[in-house]
Amino acid sequence: MSGPRPRLEALVEEAQRMLAICNACRYCEGYCAVFPAVERRLAFDEGDIHYLANLCHNCGACLYACQYAPPHEFQLNFPLMLARVRKETYRKYAWPGALASAFERNGTVVAVAAALAIALLFAITAGASDPQAFFGAHSDGEGSFYAVMPHETMAAIFGAVFAFVVLALGIGAARFWLGTGESLADFAASQPLSSAAWDAAVLRNLDAGPRRTFHHLTFYGFMLCFAATAVGTIYHYVFDIRAPYPLWSLPVLLGTLGGLGLIAGPLGLIALRHRRDPDLTDRSQSGMDASFLVLLLLLGTTGLALLAFRETRAMGVLLALHLGVVLAFFATMPYGKFVHAPYRLAALVRFHLERRRPLPSIGPE
Amino acid sequence: MDFSRVFDLLVLGGGNAALCAAITAREAGLSVLVVESAPVHYRGGNSRHTRNLRAMHSGPLDVLTDAYPEEEYWQDLVKVTAGLTDERLARMTIRGTESHLPWMRRHGVRFQAPLGGTLHLARTNAFFLGGGKALVNAYYAAAERLGVGISYDTEVTDLEMQGDRFVSATVSTRGEEHRIRAQAVVAASGGFESNLEWLREAWGPPADNFLIRGTPYNMGRVLKLLLAKGAKPVGDATQGHCVAIDARSPKFDGGIVTRVDAVSLGIVVNRDARRFYDEGEDFWPKRYAIWGRLVANEPGQIAYSIIDAKSMGKFMPPVYPPLKAASIAELARALGLDAAALERTVAGFNASVRPGTFDHTKLDDCATEGLAPPKTHWARRIDTPPFFAYPLRPGITFTYLGVGVDDKARMLMGDGKPSANVFAAGEIMAGNVLGKGYLAGIGMAIGTTFGRIAGEEAARHVRA
Repeated sequence: MSGPRPRLEALVEEAQRMLAICNACRYCEGYCAVFPAVERRLAFDEGDIHYLANLCHNCGACLYACQYAPPHEFQLNFPLMLARVRKETYRKYAWPGALASAFERNGTVVAVAAALAIALLFAITAGASDPQAFFGAHSDGEGSFYAVMPHETMAAIFGAVFAFVVLALGIGAARFWLGTGESLADFAASQPLSSAAWDAAVLRNLDAGPRRTFHHLTFYGFMLCFAATAVGTIYHYVFDIRAPYPLWSLPVLLGTLGGLGLIAGPLGLIALRHRRDPDLTDRSQSGMDASFLVLLLLLGTTGLALLAFRETRAMGVLLALHLGVVLAFFATMPYGKFVHAPYRLAALVRFHLERRRPLPSIGPE
Repeated sequence: MDFSRVFDLLVLGGGNAALCAAITAREAGLSVLVVESAPVHYRGGNSRHTRNLRAMHSGPLDVLTDAYPEEEYWQDLVKVTAGLTDERLARMTIRGTESHLPWMRRHGVRFQAPLGGTLHLARTNAFFLGGGKALVNAYYAAAERLGVGISYDTEVTDLEMQGDRFVSATVSTRGEEHRIRAQAVVAASGGFESNLEWLREAWGPPADNFLIRGTPYNMGRVLKLLLAKGAKPVGDATQGHCVAIDARSPKFDGGIVTRVDAVSLGIVVNRDARRFYDEGEDFWPKRYAIWGRLVANEPGQIAYSIIDAKSMGKFMPPVYPPLKAASIAELARALGLDAAALERTVAGFNASVRPGTFDHTKLDDCATEGLAPPKTHWARRIDTPPFFAYPLRPGITFTYLGVGVDDKARMLMGDGKPSANVFAAGEIMAGNVLGKGYLAGIGMAIGTTFGRIAGEEAARHVRA
């Protein structure tokens, strides 16, 4: 009995064919980390190919430089092949495995999750507050958010979801790491880890340009929002200062800056997606990419809208909406485009780990 | 494209030399039209397959380390050409290269440190980031920005000359014929290595078994037309850069990846399972360029590089996997060779290997004794299974037959006098500098120097 071969296996074979060409050519060596990583090897197993796929930013420089790119009979579109493998690694290493199918029709999955999360938040806030509180105007007096959404409920829901997300992402990343054949102890080696974190922070392997700028805006916007939440949590539990915080307080300043980044960044990335070369694009991932960017954009816009209108009658609705979006974002983190972050970081760690190992000897230089 | 106007400059060809000429002339204010016979995907001729330019420099320059003085460059050239070069033009080429790197950067070319496996070129050769196609892309972008007209899929079918003076070119594009007039013309359309008929004329029947490593678009049409119109020929049709490449490579356009770097680690046998040349004569980077001709002279133009497990993984990985077998007889059968004959050859070789200390990074003392032909370095017994083989065929990179030029890149006529308005640059005139042999990165050096000079001189001519 012979059924169709699993997708990943077929992709790995195609990748091996292409890598034999790249490794014999090497003209692209200076573009990014992928090519020096290729040249360390004479053969490529499946874990190596997963690793290379997650090192690639899909910038396309190597495709445009490639003398073997289609229509050449070698039909070498290396970045597109890596993009396809990348998606399969997201599926393969997702935890729990039963949820891996979320990477199929990911746009729909994320949209449904978002709708459910927002509905859930409306249901909770409706149940927790009377209509007067929900639709009433509140002053910035301490605790007005909690008149609509009790703090304990909020902390319980988000605490539980956050803990699960950290676990799921951590297990996924660990499985990816072990799949490349490395040991967990090596991941924590400080030198490679810090070099990798730095490369990720400055996007060293992506050429300067609008894509890097908008990714920076998105990433640092997200980190600032995350910092705002963390500071707010400290205010709440350590200093017993209740939200909403004053406009010039640290959480609001961080959140405002972050929110602006989360609007400008995703908007820019969405615009770039429309101008993207179809030769570089795996269409089956459009839903995943777009839904992730839209969720980030919603995070920023609903957060800033809540800040702007928190003293009006719209506060209740905006709070439920914003928290719904936050919940949707967190819940889909391990099953959407966000997973590129831990996998890329892990790939970069491996890259820096390998740089400390001797190169294979290939004769006289 | 409006073909009816009279251009200041018409550039025939679309590779490195053509674009250097077009950009330079356009920057000097000329109206310029480039006609490229390839479609946009395959534009750039053999420049698509290049990867570096050999440049002289008196101190560290850009990605180049140390210094590479004119005299050393010149001596390197004399060595590989055995003196078959024009010293004046060669020195002009060499001196020109010093200013190329900043000029190239200004026009969008980026450089990178020498590639893995090419550290020996770190001082002398500047590598293009992404290789020659990236360079070609950068030049086309620069040319378009400047307003150079570019017509792809456009073949030159005839040239109208009045004596030594160019009048017009007839081109064929998308099923239509056009006559293009221009005040001056630069012929930068490469050699004739893709023209199988012409190769057969020059080399005889063995040419049928040659593979063409580069573009399928170098048909030599312009070269043939110019020679027919009385241009002075340079070089001879049987000279070309010819290396031994994997026999399984495509007929055209296989490029760099088709090379097989295993030769010096094992033995090479012909169709009769016999060795025919010293595989360990010198370092492979110094010898790869003679093996094309060696294989071309063997029956059927086929040979087989054979190594054992000891050597596997000790050379640049080739694109095609080797044939693999547990015994020499089995390997012979996989290659279609006489098993007994190959066993005899290997046994004879193994018996003559003298003890020594193997070191692939220097000319070591591992040699054969009493064997003809000998293997003078890196001779180790082929005795550790599995055994591997790579089939080899001659792969033509480019041809040397071209037209003569003077120091202003003006094409010379049969009487040795320069044409008034015909210039030549690149492979079509490389034979002036490179009569035989090859030096890594010299092709791009010649193309860039003469392309830029042709552009400048064409501008001077049109302005006068």
